[in-house]
Amino acid sequence: MKRPVVIPAALLFAVVLILAMVDLAPPALDLRPLVAANLASSGVAHPVTAVLLNYRAYDTLLEIGVLLLALVAILAVSESVPTTSSTSATSSDLLLPMLGRIAAPVMVVVAVYLLSAGTSAPGGAFQAGAVLAAAAVLLHLTGLLPGWRQPGVSLRWGLAGGFLLFVGVGAILLLVEGDLLRYPPDHAGVLIFLIESGLTLSLGLILAGLFLFLSHDKGDVG
Amino acid sequence: MTSGLLFACVGALLFVMGVSGVLLIRHLLRRILAFNLMGSGAFLVLVGLAQRHGVADPVPQAMVLTGIVVAVAATALALALVRRLHALTGKLEPPEADDD
Amino acid sequence: MSLGLGFDLLLAASLLWSGWRALSTPRLDRALVLFIAFGLLMTLTWARLAAPDIALAEAAIGAGLTGALLLDAFGALQAKRAEAEAKK
Repeated sequence: MKRPVVIPAALLFAVVLILAMVDLAPPALDLRPLVAANLASSGVAHPVTAVLLNYRAYDTLLEIGVLLLALVAILAVSESVPTTSSTSATSSDLLLPMLGRIAAPVMVVVAVYLLSAGTSAPGGAFQAGAVLAAAAVLLHLTGLLPGWRQPGVSLRWGLAGGFLLFVGVGAILLLVEGDLLRYPPDHAGVLIFLIESGLTLSLGLILAGLFLFLSHDKGDVG
Repeated sequence: MTSGLLFACVGALLFVMGVSGVLLIRHLLRRILAFNLMGSGAFLVLVGLAQRHGVADPVPQAMVLTGIVVAVAATALALALVRRLHALTGKLEPPEADDD
Repeated sequence: MSLGLGFDLLLAASLLWSGWRALSTPRLDRALVLFIAFGLLMTLTWARLAAPDIALAEAAIGAGLTGALLLDAFGALQAKRAEAEAKK
């Protein structure tokens, strides 16, 4: 068995790591003043959003690409043969669909609020997308939204739209400004909000897709 | 001890717990749980260590935010693979050979 | 000992405990529920670390979406197993 080797090694690693962290010297490079100093020209007033969509926008671009790849991989490995046995979808329960009908529109409003608040307060595309996805999952669990089998044309555009918009803005900026995703300070706010809106929609669809494509092979009638 | 440093230490312990779980547990769903513990531990170390002097730092916070979203995508992909394995072989454990 | 530090220590202990139990509980459904509780505790931790952005994302994703994914997979696997048992 691996147990006698792994557990002492893990404990030793934990002790060394914690001692190292307690003993760590102050960082030589502090990014906080830099973030604060450039906040005025970044187009948004909330530092985390500024880091995500301006200073380190490249990371966010790659991240939405990774999410899209993960979804494609899930579509590739999940079973393509639809099972016919219907287990859910036709729920005789009245309360649950009603809860879904009441909660889902509120969640959409919350998502839009989070998106618009992201420029100046905690919130932004990621949280808004997650709330949108949660609304879709709720609708699916209450039997109002069937699982997805194959993405149609409009769904494909929705899933890839945020990434394509992001790449498109990056490419235009590359031509105009000579640098990938370097926003002109005058238009940074508008561009960031445009990208964030696209990201919210795509993130919501992708995160919902992670659930809805996976749960379709349980036998929901699509 | 600031709460940043405290939670960085908790993150280190969670990470170690997750690593041992990934190495020792054979049931694949539980292995995914252990993998997620590893991720949460790493995120806590990143943010906690950067804030060990008690001042919020937006840079690691933004990085961890993207990390959380990627982690859920990785979890979903892992679950898709587990379901496929279960559909093909009827098992929830990896093939034997790796037990050395 | 200040109230904040006391809360932090309590939170740290419950994080470690729920993480440990999620791996060691014999019943898988309980382990999954414990993992969702772990996600909610992580949300509180991010709030304590002055990271409301991460707390929002963790509440929706870590506790909500991951939990739904795991429970859905668990349910599907149970259903398949029951189907296989019935065929025997």
